[in-house]
Amino acid sequence: MARTLKLAGLALLAWMLTAAAPGKPVLPVFPEVRAGQTLTFPADHGAHPDYRTEWWYVTGWLKTEDGRDLGFQVTFFRSRLSVDQRNPSAFAPKQILFAHAGLSDPKIGKLLHDGRMARQGLGLAQASTTDADIVIDDWRLRRGADGRFIAKAAAADFTLDLAFAPSQPVLLQGDRGFSRKGPLPAQASYYYSLPHMKVSGSVLQGRRRVKVTGEAWLDHEWSSTLLDPKAVGWDWVGLNLDDGGALTAFRVRDAGGNALWSGGSLRTPDGATAHLGPNDVTFTTERIWRSPRTGGRYPVQRELIVRTPAGERRWRLTPLFDDQELDSRRTGGPVYWEGAVRAPGARGYLELTGYVSPLKM
Amino acid sequence: MPAERRPLSRTALAWMMVGEWRAHPGRVVTAALAIAIGVALGFAVHLINGSAQNELAQAVRAVNADADLQVHATTPLGFDEMLYPALARSPGIAAASPVVELSARFGAGPSRSLEGGGLTVLGIDPLRAAAVTPSLLGRGAAPEAGASGFVPESLFDPRAIMLSPAALSASGGKVGETVTITAAGHSVDFVVAGVLSGPGSERQVAVLDIATAQWLFGSVGRLQRIDLKFVGGADPATIEASLRARLPADAQIVTAQSEARRGDNLTKAYRVNLEMLAMMALLTGGFLVYSAQSLSVARRRPQFALLRVLGLERRGLLAQVFVEGALVGAVGAVLGLALGLGVAMGTLRFLGGDLGGGYFRGTTPDLVVTPLPVLVFFGLGLVAALVGSLLPALEAARAQPGIALKDLGDRNDPNAKPAAWWGLGLLAAGGAAAFLPAVGGLPLFGYLSIGLMLAGGVAAMPWLSRILLSPLQGVGRRSVAIDLALKRLWGAPAQAAVALCGIVASTSLMVAMAVMVASLRGSVDDWLTEILPSDLLFRVESGGFDADARARIASAPGVGDILFQKTQPLRLAADMPPLVLLVRPVDKARPDASLPMIGRGVAAPAGVTPVWLSEPAARLYGHEVGERMILPLGGANPQVFVAGVWRDYARQAGAIAIDQADYTRLTGDDRRTEASLELKPGVSPAAAGRAIRAALPPELAAQVQFFETSQMRAIALRLFDSSFALTYALEAIAIVVGLAGVAATFSAQTLARTKEFGMLRHVGVLRRQIIQMLATEGALLGAVGVIAGLGLGLAMSQVLIHVVNPQSFHWTMETRLPLPLFASLTVALIAAGAGTAVLAGRRALSADAVRAVREDW
Repeated sequence: MARTLKLAGLALLAWMLTAAAPGKPVLPVFPEVRAGQTLTFPADHGAHPDYRTEWWYVTGWLKTEDGRDLGFQVTFFRSRLSVDQRNPSAFAPKQILFAHAGLSDPKIGKLLHDGRMARQGLGLAQASTTDADIVIDDWRLRRGADGRFIAKAAAADFTLDLAFAPSQPVLLQGDRGFSRKGPLPAQASYYYSLPHMKVSGSVLQGRRRVKVTGEAWLDHEWSSTLLDPKAVGWDWVGLNLDDGGALTAFRVRDAGGNALWSGGSLRTPDGATAHLGPNDVTFTTERIWRSPRTGGRYPVQRELIVRTPAGERRWRLTPLFDDQELDSRRTGGPVYWEGAVRAPGARGYLELTGYVSPLKM
Repeated sequence: MPAERRPLSRTALAWMMVGEWRAHPGRVVTAALAIAIGVALGFAVHLINGSAQNELAQAVRAVNADADLQVHATTPLGFDEMLYPALARSPGIAAASPVVELSARFGAGPSRSLEGGGLTVLGIDPLRAAAVTPSLLGRGAAPEAGASGFVPESLFDPRAIMLSPAALSASGGKVGETVTITAAGHSVDFVVAGVLSGPGSERQVAVLDIATAQWLFGSVGRLQRIDLKFVGGADPATIEASLRARLPADAQIVTAQSEARRGDNLTKAYRVNLEMLAMMALLTGGFLVYSAQSLSVARRRPQFALLRVLGLERRGLLAQVFVEGALVGAVGAVLGLALGLGVAMGTLRFLGGDLGGGYFRGTTPDLVVTPLPVLVFFGLGLVAALVGSLLPALEAARAQPGIALKDLGDRNDPNAKPAAWWGLGLLAAGGAAAFLPAVGGLPLFGYLSIGLMLAGGVAAMPWLSRILLSPLQGVGRRSVAIDLALKRLWGAPAQAAVALCGIVASTSLMVAMAVMVASLRGSVDDWLTEILPSDLLFRVESGGFDADARARIASAPGVGDILFQKTQPLRLAADMPPLVLLVRPVDKARPDASLPMIGRGVAAPAGVTPVWLSEPAARLYGHEVGERMILPLGGANPQVFVAGVWRDYARQAGAIAIDQADYTRLTGDDRRTEASLELKPGVSPAAAGRAIRAALPPELAAQVQFFETSQMRAIALRLFDSSFALTYALEAIAIVVGLAGVAATFSAQTLARTKEFGMLRHVGVLRRQIIQMLATEGALLGAVGVIAGLGLGLAMSQVLIHVVNPQSFHWTMETRLPLPLFASLTVALIAAGAGTAVLAGRRALSADAVRAVREDW
């Protein structure tokens, strides 16, 4: 008798578990970024779906056949959402992928950009964990067996069809890829770069397909708790130096515009890398450009002062043109400034975030 | 000197018209009223339908938003979600948006009506919908909400739901509050996160994240819809063709055009039938105008003759009668437009846009009035009156002034036999038209047949009335009054026919409608007895009872024999309203044990799944017993065998019955939504209901709706009556107008005979005898009218039953005669005939005989 009762009770319990509306949601656990992990390739070129945020950021300068300068960026983002992990639907928005592409053409005078955004799944949007291969519909960033990265992005006003061949070894940022982003040790990311990648391919503008060559920079970064709560945004610059060196510099700002954290690295042509700490990087503002669309005030021309073991070095950063603001709100991103900049003996990209409203990750 | 004549004629015209109307207001008023009713009905049906179509189009826009093309599941079970990536990658497709579409209701309990809650739940991927159907995203849900973040997680909040304004007010909640939604058998609480701002706010729509919808409403792996946007400049036909090749059997392509056709098909038969009825009413109005004008022309023959003598031309007289008719028509038409507007507003308010037909649920469409229909229906009323005036006008113009001045009464020779060929020819043509097939799914020839029969019947009246009266010749030897009455009717058949045509027209239409409705109701009643044999029925609207729940129910105390079935919508063609798939145990050897079969079935060949089509389904889709057809249910082989046809009055869009084992094999769906059961002896339906509820899991038990069979039957008949409410109203109006027309005609004819009465008094006929004579005449006319009207009406009812109904509603029925109605109609008409003749006779006789004779100048 007791046995049958118990069985009935069990059946009832089982039924309640399956039929009842879900009770407490089971939320994802995001791993912390820790120092001392060794990055292994090609697996670490691929996605790290456990972490909250991840991006593959390719920026660079292109030269067309007729000798014109263009700036470009292709970025793929992955975002793990804090949603109920029990949802068995293939559409469950556990991972969202989105991408932006931008083209800076001085003839046009403002940044052309477009984006894609999709929840991962059903083969339409996916990010491989074994090597770099991120797909959103017809956009793709993939690393081939020969080590070259292939990027395809068909935007409304242009199409990028580019290949990037690494010419230098991977540049591990921070402490062997562990890159601090704030005063707390947990405020960090895994971060490596591939500077001086040789670009080949074509850019389609309107009906005109133009062959291009140039030099690009890839940043791949993933993290769960990137920013300090007080942070509103960051300034970042990556410069391919003409002598073969590579400079990375960033600072995380608070609401008052003061640096909460700074960092970066300088790799010299001989391969020696100096890691820059909070006291080594200073950005000064020489000119502010105000966006007529968003009202954002971006310090687009500035001097970058870096203290290296070999002494202080300065780069005066000048934008290819002012209006390189990217409003990616329609495709899941923030409003920010991502533009081609040059300095004497260097070319690269400057990124300014959090100037319209505080950035939240 | 025409310049001097004209003012004379105009004054004379006005004077004659006003004088005539003042003298006989009843006649003019009835004629105008008849026109008004025809116009009102036609206009109202048009307005209601226009509004309903508008509402339907809005609803389609609200739910379908702005996709270029949709792929829709043929059943609510949906299709495999992997079709979505396949279509998204197809050439020519710029964007694809997957949708889970469920029929739902607010609250966790059973639906309050048989028709369901009327809420459509759409599970969408906002990221995809943004490119294809942005209007489904609503205020506050669009990704541009924040300038700061990366992906706004609130976009995918599994507890958030967006409601259309209509859904919000139906939920009784506010933004930020919790509402419970039940769909596919699951009741889930959501927080209202915002209001949808897209078009079609009349529709109840709830939008939530697709993953949540799949998960919480038990639809993982299935989609009901994919919305597609084409690449700019692509050829839609090419894309459609290439998509069609990729679709599985349980998905079909739906375009804005096919949706519009579907909406149109939904109500076409219903609408056209009502508009035809309105035209019939207008026709009756035309006959009443004819009758009134003929009499007034006959009565004023001396006046017209005088006018002719004074110099008015024939054309002037023609114009005179036409203007009178036109005025009656115009007044009637204006009255009718106003009345029609009122009826339309009332109907939309109380019956809904489908005239009580049950096609649209939970919406009250706005009235849409455009100038063109107003003009058209005004014109129709005018034309009916003018056509009614044509013959009297010609007759007035033909009058020889000399003879007419002396007013010799009926100009016909009493010995001449009235010609029959004209009327009989029309009747024969009407009969022949009934055998022609439908035009574009509409029984146009059926209506033409009815119209021809009506005209033929009326045209044959002089001949027919003589035939009907001939056996009575000599009956009245002993009574002067009766003899006089018979002699007069015999001798002046044309005048009798004038009086009769209004009666015959209205009576026959009324009888035809009454027979049809009675036959349909009787057949539905029988059919209900056949399909509702058990004691208790119960159902859940969505989800259903799985094998475990069914076993619990079957073993609940008090439950005897029980039969489970499932009904679910099935889209067989993109431009047709969904039909119903009826899943139940069917004995393949003896399907008549499970279904009310019509005719013989054919056993399916081995290896082919048999299905049994309802009569409307077989007619709508043109399938015959023994044919093979495609049943889009998924599964490897969608081909099935039509093993028989069964009678069904409930599902006008058609139904297909399939054995439950075959259905489960084809779809993998083992749930059943309905059950009917016998109670064990001594168990009350309520006790059995409680036992069944107790046997079920609480969530499911809360959704179960119980019906006692008797209750169900009453509901079905009530639904039937409400969908025929307008027909009943029309019938009542036709009866009243018919009787009023009879009264007006009789009294006019009687008053026109003052002189004759004077003469009779002079030759010694008593006043009492004249009254008797008039009563006899009236009663005889009434009787002839009833006999002719009944005969004609019965003939027309057969056209309605065997031609119009099968062609437009796709069902057949057995003729049933509403004998009590016939009896009361006969009594009413004879009494009205005699009564009004006597009343008018008293008035005519009140003048003294000498003066009456003196009228002979």
